[in-house]
Amino acid sequence: MDKAALAAALGSPAPFGQSQFALVRGNAFEAKVKADGGTELMRLLYERLGGDAGAPREVSVPDLTAAGPEGRAARTALALREATEAGGWALLDHPMLALEVAGSPAYLEPDAVAVHPDGTWTVVEIKSFPTVDGSADAAKVGAAARQSAVYVLALERIAELTEGAEVGHRVLLVCPKDFSNLPTASVVDVRKQRAVTRRQLTRLTRIEEIAAALPEGTTFDPQCPRQQLDAAVESVGAAYAPECLAACELAFHCRAKAREAGAVETLGRSVRGELGGLTTVGEVLAAAAGKEGDPADPTVAALRRAAALRAEALAGGPACR
Amino acid sequence: MSLISTLARLEAVESGRARPTATVLHRHLTDRPLVLVPLTTAGEAGAPLGALVGTDREAPRLLTVSQPRDRDLRFAFLAELAEAVLPHMEAYEDVVEPAERNETDPETGKRTRVEVELCADAPQLIVPSRAGIEFVRLLGRSMRFRRTAEEDPDTPYPAPARVPLLGRWLTHYGERARVPGSSLLLAATDLLNRHWATGQSSLEDQHLGALLAWIDAPAGESGASAALRAELERDGEGQLLCPPAGPATDPAFDNRLLAPAIEKYDRARTSLAAAEDGLAADARLAELTAAEREIRALLADVTRPTWDAVWRGLDLLRELPEGARAEDRWTRDRWSFTGHRDRVRSGEPPQPRRDDAVTAAQKLASRETAQAQLEAQEALDDPLVLAGRRLAGEAFVAGVTEVVMAYSESKRPSPRPLVTVRTDEHPHLGERTKVYRSLEGRPQTAEFAGYAEPEDGGPPLLVLRILDRMGRSKEPAPGSVPEPGDRIVWTLFEHDQRGGPKLPDPEQTPWTHGGPPGAAGHTESPDPVTAEDLL
Repeated sequence: MDKAALAAALGSPAPFGQSQFALVRGNAFEAKVKADGGTELMRLLYERLGGDAGAPREVSVPDLTAAGPEGRAARTALALREATEAGGWALLDHPMLALEVAGSPAYLEPDAVAVHPDGTWTVVEIKSFPTVDGSADAAKVGAAARQSAVYVLALERIAELTEGAEVGHRVLLVCPKDFSNLPTASVVDVRKQRAVTRRQLTRLTRIEEIAAALPEGTTFDPQCPRQQLDAAVESVGAAYAPECLAACELAFHCRAKAREAGAVETLGRSVRGELGGLTTVGEVLAAAAGKEGDPADPTVAALRRAAALRAEALAGGPACR
Repeated sequence: MSLISTLARLEAVESGRARPTATVLHRHLTDRPLVLVPLTTAGEAGAPLGALVGTDREAPRLLTVSQPRDRDLRFAFLAELAEAVLPHMEAYEDVVEPAERNETDPETGKRTRVEVELCADAPQLIVPSRAGIEFVRLLGRSMRFRRTAEEDPDTPYPAPARVPLLGRWLTHYGERARVPGSSLLLAATDLLNRHWATGQSSLEDQHLGALLAWIDAPAGESGASAALRAELERDGEGQLLCPPAGPATDPAFDNRLLAPAIEKYDRARTSLAAAEDGLAADARLAELTAAEREIRALLADVTRPTWDAVWRGLDLLRELPEGARAEDRWTRDRWSFTGHRDRVRSGEPPQPRRDDAVTAAQKLASRETAQAQLEAQEALDDPLVLAGRRLAGEAFVAGVTEVVMAYSESKRPSPRPLVTVRTDEHPHLGERTKVYRSLEGRPQTAEFAGYAEPEDGGPPLLVLRILDRMGRSKEPAPGSVPEPGDRIVWTLFEHDQRGGPKLPDPEQTPWTHGGPPGAAGHTESPDPVTAEDLL
């Protein structure tokens, strides 16, 4: 389903897009890192994660082309098995991995996966944000780690079926060094992200169950009239939080709905926790004004005190002289 | 977020207008701030695209880079930026007033007061958003290790003369911006968010256009709908009417307008280089100039709305009276500016890439002190901030019901009057908890001495024992003891923050806490120049 088209049809188009400058730069950097059959990349990998094995002189770079994502995923699994059996260094450029998400297969394409002579598989992520003086933007590194953790999970499915294979929980993050175009690598431990993702994947409701709960005839076809689409989207539960704005095409639509409903989450996830059982703006303000709510409820009592103190201060209340 | 600011946000949702969270201005604003609206190239680390800079809102100076990946053009931009920023800095360097500072005599080890210069005012730099502050740091880092041809004649690609100096200043400003309550380098969004609560989340508040839409909503329109327009509304060509406040640009702008313009510029440059005779070169030069002008016009169009928004924000902020203690924090900023001026003048090397362990510990300690001081000062300056502290049980307002004279049990008894107060608030008081009140602008200390049962029933009264600021004689100085009927603000936090103990001298610091031996005196080398002409 094309969520961007759906969002546009709903009247809240997604504000995302990628600048071609960033795209060109990202591709150029990746190509540079992988140039010469991955010589530079393998050097960085050996430097950071080489272990006891000898330096990678001969690196096999298997051909992974195949028809369709299923074909490529099968080809990747085969190449991984062969490389592990061969017991040498291998670099898989843009392999295709399959991971079951909510009961349906999703195909993932990491930048590269390296096979060590001891059978360890390492995910390599190439990003074009810089590492300045040895440290990079924490938010971007975090996103890269979460992304890599998904690849690690998908690789583990294949490794289970491969003798002598093990997926490393340390991934290699390759970024430009300082303000140059020279690659530098750092090792990121993704055990935590892997655990979080694994838990989230097991908790996801299966797509069939969601589909089964929908009314008969629900469609998300962007060609449909807006009202019908509105109702269709409404029939799938959504828990909007401001963080959605950075990730989901439909976030502006959900925000409008949440605001219409007066949900306090539109102000941030933490707000909801602060307000206990009160979930709408109207409820909270009525409770604060003393019109509604049980004064014995600690949240209501705190709100009333807060409202009284705020009103007193705005009226020019007591100050320290 | 405290409950009181959550409440302010909810009020904003209901009223469709931002609601105040401060009654005074908590940051010092100078009369002539230098506003900088930078833009950067998507995907590149240190490749600025352009900037609007200046102190006159009607006449910003537009600096652009026609091909951001070209080192020479980038250096030309940085040199121009240095010419726009450094004279503003230097104008403040020599207007000084005498001041005194405590210094330790290196020979005798005694603390003495020395006469020093303190700059009477400091240049203030304002950027649109927090990302702008990060970009100032990044620019500083990219410039301060560059070498000019004068410093090192063998340097390939020498930087223009004043670029490394600008790098050092921007680094200093970027570093200072991390000190809570400092005002040398400020982001307009941070300033506005400090003083108003909008009906949206703090994530959405980072959008300068949306934030201003809530605070300064057009008549007849709610803040929410004005903010939505600022976030999403596009013109016929698909361009945002309220472009992002930078340094990042909108991808639609990059792809549809900027990229073709840069391509045109590149083509014109290539054909100029290939021109065979003077006549053809003239025609092609005209093409190149036209392409350059087009890029300038594009960048002017996307930075100008942000430029105006920053000044609009400053107007709104200036409507608030400045908090009494903001001046005190600004004096610290002036010391910081003077200190860096002195370091530059004495020829010290640029700030290192990474602080050594001792400097890092010192910075951390001073930021913690500054944070505590800021929290205390804001609460003392502003009843609305104080309300938050009262709600949290960290301050209370109480009426004095009774004062009983008492004396300490020492050889020379000093006054220790017991003051009984009535309050309906719930301060977190324990046995002998210290509380403070402001007496003629300076703190007076008391301690909690217990509860007293009121004669008329009702909630228990608090008994406080006043401990200081009553003079040296047996009778307390007039006006130094509260009187029945007074309504007084007491805080559980100290009004002045003392810095922690001084760190030991380098010789006394074990290497485990001072970093590897021999690290001191190590000078930073410039970044190596990469072979690629295009970065």
